[in-house]
Amino acid sequence: MNYHILKKDELDGFIKKLSNSMKVVAPVAKDAGNFAFQEVSGASEIALKYIPTILPPKKYFMPPREKMLDFDISGPQPVDKAVLDAPELAVFGVHTCDLAGIQCLNMVFSERPRDYNYLRRKEKIFLIGMECGDYCDDHASCALVNSHMPSGGYDLFFTDLGDRFIVHVNTHKAEEIVEEMGLAKAASADMTALEKIREHKRGAFRNEIGVDPRKLPEMFDKGAKSKVWEDVGHRCVACGNCTNVCPTCYCFDMADTINLDMKTGHRDRTWDSCQFETFAAVAGGENFREERADRQRHRYSRKFKFPLDRFYRFFCTGCGRCTRTCMADISLKDTLKTLAKETV
Amino acid sequence: MIEEIKNSNWKLRKGRIIAAKQMTDAEKWFDIKLDDGELDHEPGQFVQVELYGIGEAPISVCSSPTKRGSFELTVRAAGRLTKAMHALDAGDYVGIRGPFGKPFPVRVMVGNDLLFVAGGLGIAPLRSLIHYVMDNRKDFGKVDILLGCRTPHDMLFGSEISTWQKRLDVNFLCTVDRGAPDWHGNVGLITTLIPGVTIQPERTFAVVVGPPIMYKFVIAELLKKNVPERQIVVSLERHMKCGMGKCGHCQIDHPKNYYCCKDGPTFTYDEVKDAKKL
Repeated sequence: MNYHILKKDELDGFIKKLSNSMKVVAPVAKDAGNFAFQEVSGASEIALKYIPTILPPKKYFMPPREKMLDFDISGPQPVDKAVLDAPELAVFGVHTCDLAGIQCLNMVFSERPRDYNYLRRKEKIFLIGMECGDYCDDHASCALVNSHMPSGGYDLFFTDLGDRFIVHVNTHKAEEIVEEMGLAKAASADMTALEKIREHKRGAFRNEIGVDPRKLPEMFDKGAKSKVWEDVGHRCVACGNCTNVCPTCYCFDMADTINLDMKTGHRDRTWDSCQFETFAAVAGGENFREERADRQRHRYSRKFKFPLDRFYRFFCTGCGRCTRTCMADISLKDTLKTLAKETV
Repeated sequence: MIEEIKNSNWKLRKGRIIAAKQMTDAEKWFDIKLDDGELDHEPGQFVQVELYGIGEAPISVCSSPTKRGSFELTVRAAGRLTKAMHALDAGDYVGIRGPFGKPFPVRVMVGNDLLFVAGGLGIAPLRSLIHYVMDNRKDFGKVDILLGCRTPHDMLFGSEISTWQKRLDVNFLCTVDRGAPDWHGNVGLITTLIPGVTIQPERTFAVVVGPPIMYKFVIAELLKKNVPERQIVVSLERHMKCGMGKCGHCQIDHPKNYYCCKDGPTFTYDEVKDAKKL
């Protein structure tokens, strides 16, 4: 097993060395108890303990607005070019829920026809995970979907052992970096300490809904007409916050912008939300998901039912962001619990 | 560092409009030639049409792949993009992505009787299949075409339709919802034509394309005639924004995870009968 040790007082040097060769982003404390991934230059700026950031790290893989095409229509025939401006990037401190989210997006965008913008960005991102020793808050439901434990999807993975981090080295690129920085190999005492943390987690993290996760897709089949959707639909204000902050929501819109010369322009991909009223509308006037209740059921189905068929996994990582951000206090845990009461 | 994504699936093929014709007040027809060769589509597929600076919209191809050199679109001015497209004429360029989507099941239809039911603009996607069948006429059994539109004035492909009416290898019937002084044909909804058609249900494929409201009533008539559910084929309308099964807009409200752009737009009725809306 490839485990190394980084002393906590060496973290600053580690970040500084990393930032010599790439941009480093990490969770940083913001107002009102919020956190956000942003560029850092040293360890003092980083929040080592944090509740899930306002936006998940998907913003680096699939930016909220991303240019897919440049075009020029000044000649007799239009010309276009797909360009990408993606920096070499290290994302430090990614929780296991967000690593799971990135793994979901990786599957979506590598499925053919592939999205080469996404895949190229992914190639240039060095992912450094950070273990949660305990729940971040009551909104998380990571144990339900088993994303509270690390299961790959990172280059390096940090676990806090008090005065030091034990660092799992998962890729060749990571191995080179660890070697270059001269990180010591973990001793057997370190491994024991890590195992103790995992042991504690197995007790502390418990299925938050109390329903066998294998039953979840079935709950959605049986509960398609459940009153819970009506209730959630009544409260929902269709703002789209829940999908924006979701680490696995990837629905998008495309928009053209023409420059003032009226000859050149670009075509952008922007985040979209299935919660918006016109999301499933067509130009002829028909709207295929007109009701908020239908749109909410659709959102939940895209987390707990549909992706099981297509990707063999939940597209909920239990991060709790949708609940934390909801202006109408719609709670994912409560919705699932109510649905379970009716259907299990 | 800025780099070029050479194999981007967002790159556009360049389509030159070689002919265009206003068909009705609302619909315009375009014949488009791609600079890089054939579209290479199958009946029932669609393309994404890009008007640089305005955006993209999914449009059904209304010509058959048996027609070489160019392909045709019939566009109703319904939204922002399609309204702008009506201002285009021969010589203008559009960007094209595609073809996309699952075509009509032309290979399994071989040897069977065909009943085409088109409502309004539904004739556009269906025309790609009708022409394909006409051009491979000996491969199929009896062919019935039922067409419905709002008024005689709204009828698309009028001159073509009059040749279908004359052909002996095709049984063609049409009806309008509201007549006009010079109209001598049927008046009534398209469903009124179905009981009069003689079919052998077990060897008939019924292909139905029209506005969402039409499906429920037409399919009920077809089921009454014992056409098997998996031999009723529909083409559904959704706003596909990517065509690659990703953007989410065209996902159908159905227990199965159907994306209209990849799993459709053509479906058999047994596949989509549990959808909230067709």
